[in-house]
Amino acid sequence: MIKIDTQSVDFYYGDFHALKNISMQIEANTSVAFIGPSGCGKSTYLRLFNRMNDLIPGTRLTGSICIDGRNIYDKGEKVDQLRKNVGMVFQKPNPFPKSIYENVAYGLRVNGVKDESYIEETVVKTIKQVALWDEVKEKLRESAFALSGGQQQRLCIARALAISPSILLMDEPTSALDPISTGKIEDLIHELKMQYTIVIVTHNMQQAARVSDKTGYFYLGELIEYDNTRKIFTNPEKESTQNYITGRFG
Amino acid sequence: MTPIQHLGNVDRKKRTSQKVAFGTFTLLSYTVVAILFVILGFIIIKGAKAISWEFLTTAPEEGMTSGGIFPAIVGTLYLVIGSSLISFPIGIMSGIYMNEYATNGKVIRFVRIMTNNLSGVPSVVFGLFGMALFVNALGWGDSIIAGSFTLALMSLPLIIRTTEEALKSIDDSFRHGSLALGATKLQTIRRVVLPMAFPNIITGLILSIGRVSGETAPILFTVAAYFLPHLPKSIFDQCMALPYHLYVISTSGTDIEASRGTAYGTALVLIAIILVVNLLANALRNYFARFARW
Repeated sequence: MIKIDTQSVDFYYGDFHALKNISMQIEANTSVAFIGPSGCGKSTYLRLFNRMNDLIPGTRLTGSICIDGRNIYDKGEKVDQLRKNVGMVFQKPNPFPKSIYENVAYGLRVNGVKDESYIEETVVKTIKQVALWDEVKEKLRESAFALSGGQQQRLCIARALAISPSILLMDEPTSALDPISTGKIEDLIHELKMQYTIVIVTHNMQQAARVSDKTGYFYLGELIEYDNTRKIFTNPEKESTQNYITGRFG
Repeated sequence: MTPIQHLGNVDRKKRTSQKVAFGTFTLLSYTVVAILFVILGFIIIKGAKAISWEFLTTAPEEGMTSGGIFPAIVGTLYLVIGSSLISFPIGIMSGIYMNEYATNGKVIRFVRIMTNNLSGVPSVVFGLFGMALFVNALGWGDSIIAGSFTLALMSLPLIIRTTEEALKSIDDSFRHGSLALGATKLQTIRRVVLPMAFPNIITGLILSIGRVSGETAPILFTVAAYFLPHLPKSIFDQCMALPYHLYVISTSGTDIEASRGTAYGTALVLIAIILVVNLLANALRNYFARFARW
């Protein structure tokens, strides 16, 4: 089943043509990695899925992106509804200056959930889901800032999962973390893709190879190649892809 | 000379200039603190003699040469509260608009330049303007409400600026994190941005209270009474105020020499009020900084 269907998308920051004629289908319950050198447009493309680029003044999009068959850029589409369905984890862990509990509860509260027992149940469930429970169960009411970077990032994943999205976007989620924390997050991605569609932007090619089913290689705003991860890393069609994954540039 | 010895010389020079620089900075900052203490000490020594329970709770008598300053204390409190009720909401909301909502660069720049100009206007001009608009045109007469509005106008630029700066210092990643969870802009501001910015916003409010309670010129033509034996009964009454009282008894009292003690006492009370407000606001700030809706 196609979850995210992009048809000939062009995207501009002012005069800068950031994405050029992108078409791509992402299937439900798979994980897809976007790779490519800095400035190639992979993060920009990721941020189109939850319309975070709307926050930047002077941007323009043509073409269509459909999630579950609905064009998310249609006039009547509600951005907050979209973002409830499409969660996001950022490059730098960004927990709120609230308690661990309130961080995870935040998404539920702003979406109008009042039932405190349901909130508590969900908070506990999602913290367990990201394998953070044993580390924080004693201090749910303490500041999330007291956690380590890796723990904060897993908390941010829990925060995104608490409102039951069906898609999870991850923008270089481990680039600020140590190898052990990175390993834990990668293990988590493997488990999460059973229930969610995961799109991850990464600079780390081993990571792309480890966590993704499919990989898209971007270069200068174009999608050069998009195929099964194994194929991309062992036998890419394009020379440019070959050069990038073998470390000849990037 | 071997290279190593040569380096040793450079090191010594570096360390000396470092010491001189730090010494100068330290000395200068201690001087500022010392000046503050000298002023405070002077006021306390001169004013303490005047302070008594009677001084704080009764009205002036015998042409300001004896009696207390109770009506002036109450008047200043009324003016601080009245102007804060007007300026805090308007100032904070304007600051929020400027930093969070306004997207048109030209509009923002224009408003900012105007706010800066407003803060450069001398306080006596605010007084004249307040008299023309609130006292005469709106027909409120010399009254607490006219004085409060005038003081509020004067303190608005400061509040807007500090609110804006406080909001600007909050990293966008927090806003993005909230928006990405389906929160609206208003929810993001209310639940994430404002609690984080609140300690710094309070700093601006403290400064504004300090200024409002100490200004004489804006209340001169809009509210301040030379002498009132009783307390104001409504917001359309005149009232006495500490800074104006101080000004009056030091320049145009019936017997200026005889009211010197009262003048220092008044100054001490004024400073004490500002100090108490500062401490309270600081406590509030620390409270919010640590327990901002855990």
